[in-house]
Amino acid sequence: MTYSKDEFLITAIARLLETDDVRHVAVGAASPVPGAAALLVRKLKGGTPRVSLIHGKATNPFTDGGREIFDAAGQGRIDVFFLGGVQIDGEANLNLVGSGEYPKVDKRFPGSFGSAYMYFTVPRVILFRPEHSRRVFVPKVDFISAPGVSDPDVHRPGGPKFMVTELCIMAFDTECRRFRLQSVTPGRTVEEVLDNTGFEIDVPENVPETPVPEEDRLALLRSSVGVEIGDTYPAFARDVLGVAA
Amino acid sequence: MTTYLDHIDDLASEVPDGALLALPPEYSFVPMALVRAIIRRGVKDLHVLTVPINGLAADMLIGAGCVRKIECAAVSLGEAGLAPRFSAAVEAETVEVLDSTCPAVHTALQATEKGVPFMPLGGLIGSDILNNRDDWKVVDDPLEQGNGRIVLIPAIQPDVAIIHSPLADRDGNVWIGRRRELATIAHASKTLLVTAERIQDESLLESEATAAGTLPGFYVSAVAPAVHGAKPLGLVEVYPPDTDEIISYAREARTEEGFQAYLQQNVFTVREAAE
Repeated sequence: MTYSKDEFLITAIARLLETDDVRHVAVGAASPVPGAAALLVRKLKGGTPRVSLIHGKATNPFTDGGREIFDAAGQGRIDVFFLGGVQIDGEANLNLVGSGEYPKVDKRFPGSFGSAYMYFTVPRVILFRPEHSRRVFVPKVDFISAPGVSDPDVHRPGGPKFMVTELCIMAFDTECRRFRLQSVTPGRTVEEVLDNTGFEIDVPENVPETPVPEEDRLALLRSSVGVEIGDTYPAFARDVLGVAA
Repeated sequence: MTTYLDHIDDLASEVPDGALLALPPEYSFVPMALVRAIIRRGVKDLHVLTVPINGLAADMLIGAGCVRKIECAAVSLGEAGLAPRFSAAVEAETVEVLDSTCPAVHTALQATEKGVPFMPLGGLIGSDILNNRDDWKVVDDPLEQGNGRIVLIPAIQPDVAIIHSPLADRDGNVWIGRRRELATIAHASKTLLVTAERIQDESLLESEATAAGTLPGFYVSAVAPAVHGAKPLGLVEVYPPDTDEIISYAREARTEEGFQAYLQQNVFTVREAAE
């Protein structure tokens, strides 16, 4: 069965959400791919994990205002969250603010959103950044919206666990402060990953391919899960999954 | 007592130059018609606080030259892309930015709600957000319970906050549903100006179903009617966002000339409908 790049990324993320310690996945604004991955796993596992899409209607459980997701995260009620970055470096520091020397930035992006808190509080943060280039994966970010690791005297139950790009999946080792290549997208190579990454990563002797999307999962994405994500992201459901609202 | 005004242009006169103005987030009852009225009035030197993020309203106010300083966790047009006038003004240093993060904005308003001068917040340590905030302070756990370092966020009291609601009554009560951040904004602000899609005679407090989602009138300074008052943004269960219009703004406002043309066509030559 043929599949699109977004469908591949959805199933790649979904495999990172299938362990039993994932009970509640929250998904922030403008994140249809992570949202679809979480809803797919919920469908496959018959209702767990809980999935909270902050701008959905029935999929948005929050009734106590914008602060509730952060309060829930601060208490450990959210197990997985997704973050990205205009720039990301080898210590998993995230920059969502801009490139150039702050505050006189060359190019200004929206801002840090809730990253400087969610990165500290959610135990399994998955970094999702499809564009895999040296423009994004830099030696050192120009502005730290949220740091990848913290000193021992800072209360920090949360942090980065994986990074998913169009070329590969990496795991983050907090102790060593380094990414390790976990698998490479079919048709791409380890060399290509290294050429397009502006920082050093650990590469094991054998790097497997990331599995292609399972046929039964593609079928779910293009039907019931597509309808569910279409409640929040109608254009995405229509254009990527072929599901009309 | 809540004042009832006939037209939102009268409400816009309640926003003085230099005010600390709080704006609700993009998905939460943004009073776009009132924002356009504020731009028409030519308000200057605003210090805008986005609670905790905003898009179109902040971008237009900045582009129109109404803003001196903005404190924000993010300014974005969402799926329509970057906020073009915000990015341009920051790059040209014509507006000062205080970068924040979502829970820090909520925390600063919650401190004001409780009448305390500051509140602690986790996270943040090691970020350049914190490193650029002289007004925030890192302390060792003052209770000496081994919790390490923590950040203190000073209370913020906006001079004026503005929201658009689907429904108000004649007693100053305003329905906000589950948009509880609007309650936090209202509790913390000196003045709250409300535009309402509809104003009903029956009190919203008469029914438990509406009372639970109602902001009581003692927080509400003034109300004016404004049909379609959130457009082109959406108002939940009343009308969806006009996505084509927002995308068209994002395109036109990429240049100063395009933005000025947009203002001429959609702001300066328009009188907003009251009903």
